[in-house]
Amino acid sequence: MVKRIVKVYPRFERFWHWSQVILILTLMVTGFGINGLHGFVSFGTAVTVHTIAALLLLALWIFSTFWLVTTGTWRQFTPTLEGMMHVIFYYAVGVFKGKKHPYRKVLWRKHNPLQAATYFVLKWIVFPVIWITGLLYLTFNFWGSAVTDASFWLWLLANLHLLAAYVIVTFLIIHLYLLTVGGHGFGAHVKPMITGYDEVELTAEEEAYLEADEPWRLKPQEG
Amino acid sequence: MKNLRKLIAAVGIGAVVTAPALASETTGAKVGTPPAGPKSITAPGTSTADHSKFEILKKEFASGPDVTEACLSCHTEASDQVQHSIHYSWDFTHPDTGQSLGKSKVINAFCGSVAGNEPRCTSCHVGYGWKDMSQPPPQAASAVDCLVCHDRSGQYAKSATGAGHVPPPEIKPGMITMTGAPAWPVDLNKAAQSVGLPGRDNCGNCHFYGGGGDNVKHGDLSSALYMPEESVDVHMSPDGENMVCATCHVSDKHQWPGSRYDVTATDPHANDPLKPGERRDVATCESCHSDSPHPATLAGLKLDDHTNTLACQTCHIPSFARGGVATKTLWDWSTAGQKDENGKIIKRKGYTQADGKELPTYVTMKGGMAYGEDVVPYYAWFDGQVEYANAEREIDPTGVVDVNSIKGDPNDGQSRIWPFKRMEGRQAYDKGLNRLVFTHVFGPGSDTAYWGNFDWNKAIAAGMQKVGLDYSGEYGFVDTYMYWPITHMVAPAEQALSCVECHSADGRMAGLAGVFLPGTDSMNWAGMLGRLMVLAALLGVLAHGAIRLLSGKEGEQ
Repeated sequence: MVKRIVKVYPRFERFWHWSQVILILTLMVTGFGINGLHGFVSFGTAVTVHTIAALLLLALWIFSTFWLVTTGTWRQFTPTLEGMMHVIFYYAVGVFKGKKHPYRKVLWRKHNPLQAATYFVLKWIVFPVIWITGLLYLTFNFWGSAVTDASFWLWLLANLHLLAAYVIVTFLIIHLYLLTVGGHGFGAHVKPMITGYDEVELTAEEEAYLEADEPWRLKPQEG
Repeated sequence: MKNLRKLIAAVGIGAVVTAPALASETTGAKVGTPPAGPKSITAPGTSTADHSKFEILKKEFASGPDVTEACLSCHTEASDQVQHSIHYSWDFTHPDTGQSLGKSKVINAFCGSVAGNEPRCTSCHVGYGWKDMSQPPPQAASAVDCLVCHDRSGQYAKSATGAGHVPPPEIKPGMITMTGAPAWPVDLNKAAQSVGLPGRDNCGNCHFYGGGGDNVKHGDLSSALYMPEESVDVHMSPDGENMVCATCHVSDKHQWPGSRYDVTATDPHANDPLKPGERRDVATCESCHSDSPHPATLAGLKLDDHTNTLACQTCHIPSFARGGVATKTLWDWSTAGQKDENGKIIKRKGYTQADGKELPTYVTMKGGMAYGEDVVPYYAWFDGQVEYANAEREIDPTGVVDVNSIKGDPNDGQSRIWPFKRMEGRQAYDKGLNRLVFTHVFGPGSDTAYWGNFDWNKAIAAGMQKVGLDYSGEYGFVDTYMYWPITHMVAPAEQALSCVECHSADGRMAGLAGVFLPGTDSMNWAGMLGRLMVLAALLGVLAHGAIRLLSGKEGEQ
């Protein structure tokens, strides 16, 4: 095994991540404004911006799903229990004792088991809940008259939408906090998502493959 | 709030003055001068006839009916048409409830009823000489009043107490017209030769003064609409469309759409393409604006999404009684009859409206009253149907009695949220039978009328006798609400309600069942659960971070 600086986040994934950051933050500010939590944005503007941002994010998700499927990157997101206990144990105990993070980023898996599980829940439960309820919310007038007790269903949708939003806020808090864990500091953890490069342990075969076939993904070794 | 303060301040310094026992709030002991022209300037008519050239209209007229006979010599069917309209019959059988309504039948929260108070109330009848409401209106063709609607000289007027007749040639001081102005001798020739299509003033001279004074009843119909600023009424303003009433209330053989007993709450043909010259007899907003009137932008589409739950009026009439004329918001008859230490009648002016006019907050004859300007409406689901308690429904005197109840259900697919003026009343009822009563309040020289005798028992007995109903002989006072659908005084689009007026905690729709409004309750269960989750995450990371800092071992290896 050898540590090399490898491009792990291609341009699209970085674009995807930061677009999501902007859109989700926009949706949070406008969404909680619509919910009545704050009055920083006028209700009408908030609704318009929220709708536009939501539609853009949906388009981005459709595009990224296509990307994940066609590039095979979806495999990065498959959950696994293998090593899960080590990661949990690290965050619960090890980190306080100055232990090293038990997970070593490898080429075919950028996420540790806990990350993978989190993204799995986000992608398969929380995000679908928020966009399905959101789309139904947005299109209420097309179906509202066809159901009995429409205002109850709208109430239910709105509250599910809101709960999903709070889950995403919760994720964001932990997500940001965890960037500070692990010795290298916040900046070091954010950097790969900007430059695309991160330190990865490669097997000899992987290194040989990258050097032969995808040399642009490898940073030349120093000294 | 502003008005309440005014009221309190004014009551504090309220001067007690005596006043002659006259029926109107606006009295003057002088003879008026005829107006030089109509009170509202509207677009010139397109008539092919100049009525000043007709010989028959140049002859001497002794009375209103004389003029009508002249009109009928050409307009042969006009009287018959008018006499079959609600304007003349004051009688309306509700098509859905079958209830007998109309001015001659209903009990209201103002002077109580028209029946029993002719000829004061029938001064606004579109006819001449209806002195007894127990009888149908006069049947003679000449009893129809053509001029009240068609005079364009502006100086035609009906006497306030003349059962529809014009003031007599010899005006006695103190005599007033139906708008409360000092009366003047009417030049019938001038009026007859001026005739044209009705302007806002023709309709307004009666409809703005319902309840015996300017804007007393409706709240959205006042003298401010003769020549309104655009901010008061975008349709009727000369700076806007300068529409007349009949632009929307399109008449057909002297019948008009637009009833507050059976309100056409939506137009089923709102989106039908209108062919040239096609009639449109439904006086709704959608008749012209369709049910998707907002611009085709994202925001506009969202606004269009509201039209199935909100009447256009709800957002586009942000408040009523705009333009400087207050509307009566409360009338407490139970305190009527008090006199000062000298046994004289009290008239206490306690409310100054925007145009400076002072309105009484207590009058011996009427009791306590309150007014409002720029009033925020009361909102309720409404399908257009109105039912009256009248004297035929048993009431529960322990609660607030709806003089008229408005029907609506959020789930019926047709009701929408409408704005209303909710008039608060405290009025007499039959304590023995638990019914509202007809009251005989007006009647100079009568020994039973409340005004003059101040004896409720006599006034109620006389009122009930007038309509042929029983009275137990025992009366009390009951709190009432009366609902007036608000539909005029549409503001310019930029002054429509902003979203946050309703989409906020304690917004305008607070307490209205059957509708979910985003933005009104961020503290509900989902909001609290979400907050807990976020709080737990924050505490969790703070605790985790604190232990990491304290242990100080991170990054050692």
